[in-house]
Amino acid sequence: MRYSLFSLLRQSLVGHRGWQPVWRDAAPKRGYDIVVIGGGGHGLATAHYLAKVHGIRDVAVLEKSWIGSGNAGRNTTIIRSNYLLPGNNPFYELSMKLWEGLEQDLNFNTMVSQRGVVNLYHSDAQRDAYARRGNAMRMHGVDAELLSRAEVKRMLPFLDFDNARFPIRGGLLQRRGGTARHDAVVWGYARSASDLGVDIVQNCEVTGFLREGDRVVGVSTSRGDIRAAKVAVVVAGSSSRLAALAGLKLPIESHVLQAFVSEAIKPFIDTVVTFGAGHFYISQSDKGGLVFGGDIDGYNSYAQRGNLPTVEDVCESGVALMPAISRARLLRSWAGIMDMSMDGSPIIDRTPLPGLYLNAGWCYGGFKATPASGFCLAHLLARDESHPLAAALTLDRFGAGRLIDEKGQGAQPNLH
Amino acid sequence: MSGRRLPKGGLIARDRLLRFEFDGKKFEGFAGDTLASALLGSGVSLVGRSFKYHRPRGILSAGCEEPNALVELRDGARLEPNTRATVAELYEGLRARSQNRWPSLGFDLGAINSLLSPIFVAGFYYKTFMWPARWWEKLYEPLIRRAAGLGRLGHEADPDGYEKSHLFCDVLVIGAGPAGLAAALAAGRSGARVVLCDEDFLPGGRLNGERMEVNGEAGSSFAAKAVAQLRAMPEVTLLTRTTLFGVYDGNTFGALERLADHKPVPHPGEVRHRYWKIVARRTVLSSGAMERPLVFDGNDRPGVMLSSAVRSYLNRFGVTPGRRAVVYTTCDDGWRSAFDLIGAGVEVAALIDARSDVVDSLLTEAKRHDLPVYRGSEVVGTHGRLRLSAISMREAGGRSRRISADLLSMCGGYNPNIALSTHLGSRPQWDADLDAFTAGTLPAGMAIVGAAAGEFTLAGALKHGAAAGLEAVRALGFSATSAPKFSVEEEVPASNKLMVAPHGGAKAFVDFQNDVTRADIELAAREGFRGAEHLKRYTTLGMATDQGKTSALNGHALMAAFTGRATADLGTIGSRPPYTPVAIGALAGAHRGSMYRPVRLTPGHEWARAAGASFVESGEWLRAQWFNAPGDKDWFDSVVREVKGVRSSAGICDVSTLGKIDVQGGDAAVFLDRIYANLISTLPTGKVRYGLMLREDGMVFDDGTAARFAENHFVLSTTTANASRVMQHLEFARQVLWPALDVQLSSVTDQWAQFAVAGPRSREVLAEVLKDAFDCSNAAFPYLGCAQFAWRGRTARLYRVSFSGELAYEIAVPAGAAEECLEALKQAGAPFDLIPYGLEALGVMRIEKGHAAGGELNGTTTARDLGLGKLMSGKKDYIGRVLAERPGLIDPNRAVLVGVKPVNAASRLYAGAHFVARGTAPTLENDQGFVSSVGYSPSLGHWIGLGFLNRGASRLGERMLAHDPVRSGDTEIEITTPCFYDPDGERLRS
Amino acid sequence: MRIRCPYCGERDLSEFAYWGDGGYVRPDPHAHDPEFAYYTAVYLRDNPAGAHAEFWYHGIGCRSWLKVTRDTVSHRILGVEFAGARR
Repeated sequence: MRYSLFSLLRQSLVGHRGWQPVWRDAAPKRGYDIVVIGGGGHGLATAHYLAKVHGIRDVAVLEKSWIGSGNAGRNTTIIRSNYLLPGNNPFYELSMKLWEGLEQDLNFNTMVSQRGVVNLYHSDAQRDAYARRGNAMRMHGVDAELLSRAEVKRMLPFLDFDNARFPIRGGLLQRRGGTARHDAVVWGYARSASDLGVDIVQNCEVTGFLREGDRVVGVSTSRGDIRAAKVAVVVAGSSSRLAALAGLKLPIESHVLQAFVSEAIKPFIDTVVTFGAGHFYISQSDKGGLVFGGDIDGYNSYAQRGNLPTVEDVCESGVALMPAISRARLLRSWAGIMDMSMDGSPIIDRTPLPGLYLNAGWCYGGFKATPASGFCLAHLLARDESHPLAAALTLDRFGAGRLIDEKGQGAQPNLH
Repeated sequence: MSGRRLPKGGLIARDRLLRFEFDGKKFEGFAGDTLASALLGSGVSLVGRSFKYHRPRGILSAGCEEPNALVELRDGARLEPNTRATVAELYEGLRARSQNRWPSLGFDLGAINSLLSPIFVAGFYYKTFMWPARWWEKLYEPLIRRAAGLGRLGHEADPDGYEKSHLFCDVLVIGAGPAGLAAALAAGRSGARVVLCDEDFLPGGRLNGERMEVNGEAGSSFAAKAVAQLRAMPEVTLLTRTTLFGVYDGNTFGALERLADHKPVPHPGEVRHRYWKIVARRTVLSSGAMERPLVFDGNDRPGVMLSSAVRSYLNRFGVTPGRRAVVYTTCDDGWRSAFDLIGAGVEVAALIDARSDVVDSLLTEAKRHDLPVYRGSEVVGTHGRLRLSAISMREAGGRSRRISADLLSMCGGYNPNIALSTHLGSRPQWDADLDAFTAGTLPAGMAIVGAAAGEFTLAGALKHGAAAGLEAVRALGFSATSAPKFSVEEEVPASNKLMVAPHGGAKAFVDFQNDVTRADIELAAREGFRGAEHLKRYTTLGMATDQGKTSALNGHALMAAFTGRATADLGTIGSRPPYTPVAIGALAGAHRGSMYRPVRLTPGHEWARAAGASFVESGEWLRAQWFNAPGDKDWFDSVVREVKGVRSSAGICDVSTLGKIDVQGGDAAVFLDRIYANLISTLPTGKVRYGLMLREDGMVFDDGTAARFAENHFVLSTTTANASRVMQHLEFARQVLWPALDVQLSSVTDQWAQFAVAGPRSREVLAEVLKDAFDCSNAAFPYLGCAQFAWRGRTARLYRVSFSGELAYEIAVPAGAAEECLEALKQAGAPFDLIPYGLEALGVMRIEKGHAAGGELNGTTTARDLGLGKLMSGKKDYIGRVLAERPGLIDPNRAVLVGVKPVNAASRLYAGAHFVARGTAPTLENDQGFVSSVGYSPSLGHWIGLGFLNRGASRLGERMLAHDPVRSGDTEIEITTPCFYDPDGERLRS
Repeated sequence: MRIRCPYCGERDLSEFAYWGDGGYVRPDPHAHDPEFAYYTAVYLRDNPAGAHAEFWYHGIGCRSWLKVTRDTVSHRILGVEFAGARR
């Protein structure tokens, strides 16, 4: 049933008894054209675009738990396309454009809210680095404004402008950046893909790959073997684990990133703000919670929880930036497992094994990439060639020295 | 108004009257009250409005699980939203306001949402507000945001102080109810270090809220005596008002102690909260149990209360929440409330038990009190506008009945409070006998006791707690005598039946705060959100400020019922820290404002300040950016003056922040050859060499100098920014990569003050300062010399290096001699108009010389990119050698370091601008590189810059655009060599 | 998390810096195809779910590099030793 105000009103008259499951909870078939491993945002978006753009509908998305149980449901919901390097910038802008039409594409309100993203700078060197980035954005038609201290103060008067250890000197603003409702993105893609014929199979854990020589021809799962002409691994923090089942080692480490939400309060902060003198970013959800986060904990982890040093670091940075949030209460913390790549940028590529494709390395920026990631992986799967805007996101760039290192931290994933 | 204070009883200080305000009205309570008990004692039952439908809400509980009675506390900069009235301690002058209502709590226009509730079901917003697309941000979302949220947070800075503290103990006991007190007593008697914490201001847990006796006296008296005993034990720390909020790896626990929330304001110097990091070898979790509400239509009306809360208000606070009560229960425990109410003189109009079978002892007692009992019956509705006036029930036979009442005490059994057992990821397990989830695998070293472990009898909890306390200290090797004994009347374990609400719809609330109803859960089941997590996310069940303490299990049981599964199979959701909400400021502690991060000052800081320095943050350091001299109009003037002063005569600059690493040992030279890309081992003693460090991935890591003071003794300098990372890197190389080498490393950054003395007259200045201590003539001490000698009884080091491009030295003295050295330089320099210069002038001069610094050493540049490829030694192995040869890093199209000058000499340059060839569109495809550093060169009379340009080395003289749309627009520039000043280096050798 | 430094005793996580894969061995620069050997060593690090040997630096302490064996799923520390053969 199509979602609209009209259908909602009609259902409200009949006790909402007419609504159908948002997606079919499918049982796996014996084989598919394409199997996507991972029922997160990226995997489901891949299925949606395979079906909708490329007409490939004999597709299964396999999820070991419930869809959206990984990073798709554990992030701070920020969307932006404020990247510097040519390997990233056009890709993330494609994502932003897809976000901008997502509700209409999916007929599902994913609450894309272009409230603006402000990156603060605290030194001349940081200002110049942001100017360089803003200029790169503008050269690709992405909106970017370099704000002075006075402009930031007008916009965010309650930041610490008087007593800060690292004074705020200005900011880089992308007005089109903002937030989206993360679970809705998962459900919206799932509903659309499912309606187009994709099987979404939950509680189906992949335990191995079916091989014919080098070629991958399917997967073994907790619900039996499933054959497929092509298999895509789209499992974020579990990428290395899955790759190991295929005998591959990836330029990826799994790290834990915590996120936090405060108790719900009346509208307090309208945009997304990132601190430039510490690891801290914050926005406010439609429900009223201040949603914030900071740096990764910094050690390899598959546990979806972190430790106190990072909690303290995040709260210290938050209070240093916005002294008023000191009295707001932290309601809940959670964590996800980030697939930290060795240059901080993602990989959408074939693997050395024919039939096996990889979408990984999203670090802590995977949510905003969801539409473009699915779009470009679908393109790669359907046509067996990289989408032009994802052409730099290759697996062999590390060996070749063609790195996409926004932060310049080198092969040290916990510093990206 | 229906509640009132009982004439006697309770643990309040009736001789200490406290005045307070709620919504502008004045009330009175007593010391020992919570805001909730004081409101109830004053007859207030309407306290708040719900999140979504703005339904009138009262007080549900007497503890931290409260979902309804949230208020704004205090005013101004201390405004504190969403405070639970049930745990807020009353103090003189307390001011609270209801929230999420307009214009008033009694008449709230937001309640119109309640009329629209047939539309505003779970997830309705996912299905609409999509057309027209622009209206989402313009109209719909602002409306949703304004309606949502609860209390207001002010925009002012929090004026209160916070601190962090550490505690190490043998046994940590969490919760000072009967089980926790018993555990702490048992453990404490062994002499072990015991920490007992409890969130309440009055330890004792349910001993204070129930009419139970221990050792022949009232439970509350027993608790008070136990507390006195514990306080007398030197190794026992009792932390009240302290919530253990999180369990972390390595037996680390986070706890929040509220030191001043029960006062109008903290005393001068007192912190509001103390955040404890507790490390405990063993833990006893005695966190009790939480009562389950019953789900039926109208169960949210003010006057409907958990039965355990009813007893707490009666017995602990001497307050009755109503005058005519109905008790509704599915368990034996609910009956206690009926008897306690009767005992307090409150009329109980009916006892409704959903069960048909009830033990005889309860029936007998009911009979004794002439209590009308309805078995196998249910409450199906409630009445009243802003508070309860009557309930509707359906008897076993189907007959309906309406009973007037202003209090409905409800009991749906208890859930063991296992939240803290799940923080490390353990899954709760379903206990079919208990009809509740209990703790799964416990964190190492943790025991769970008492009601938290499903042991609901008092005798059992005391015994269980004492045994666990004893076992904990014995496991640690303490010789404990025996467990303390308690005499308590034995009870038959009460039933704890979970009754899944058979009726009710859109007015039967499961999650009170988030307005999640039975109908919402049914809708979620219909739409496929059938797992516990999907249910939570779709309906927001359990996502309110109470984290689902009263709602999660009811919701999960309903979902299981709607989908034909067992609650056990549906599972439940583990809790995540914090257990109850924690002020963000508490976790920040004192690290806020100017104290956010430590400030590092150079030993010459005060001298520089006196000399007129303006300081700037440089990492943790504060460094002199420029010096304000009389006649300088602005900073630009100062910088120009400083550059000219150095270039024409002499200046001094504090370079103490540069990292300094002392390297010694028989293999020091071999070691440094592997660290630096260039050869160091060939450096003669008494000489300095520029050194370039790569990362193993082939990118430039850092640059600096290596000075050889003896065959086996080097002193390295690093950039300020990388000082600690270089040290870490060197230690890695020494300890991990080449442990067999004989090398010792020591960071001496803080031990030495170091000053650049630069300019054509610098030698004369220095000669005057050093006098006989050292001969710094060009012949005795040529360019790139280094020496160590005694100066005024101290060791000094001199390096003939130059960052400015002038004849220059760096003199290092022990940090304590910094000011003496600076004064000596100043005096000796007076005849030469020697000036101090800051970072800006330093930066301008290094750009004039084309030296790479922060803007160029950005982690993505290679030695070749910087024009330093010739330093990459072919004679040895070094870190980064191999991977620097990857195709992408030797690509001839890479952007390399160039100089930039404006075509129009009057034009200003901006760093961050991109190079675009003239006549091409400024697109990413046409992006040729960028400007990395700029400065105004007084020596040349125009702006200059450095940058990275594709194939830049072959494009000297080319005119292009510096494209800077975010700032200055386009500037026509010309590409030059990076070195603008004295390219042959004659001045620095002179 | 707490790590028992063999030199300083058990200390809080906040005193340590993390480097990663404790199986890292700097390849022989004279090996056949050194570029591949270095690429493999630098970029393809162990990333198991379970026991993991890893390098930690006790920077706010004795500056020892430690080789810690830790379970990446439970965060339990299984063993700690000095990373180098000698100190």
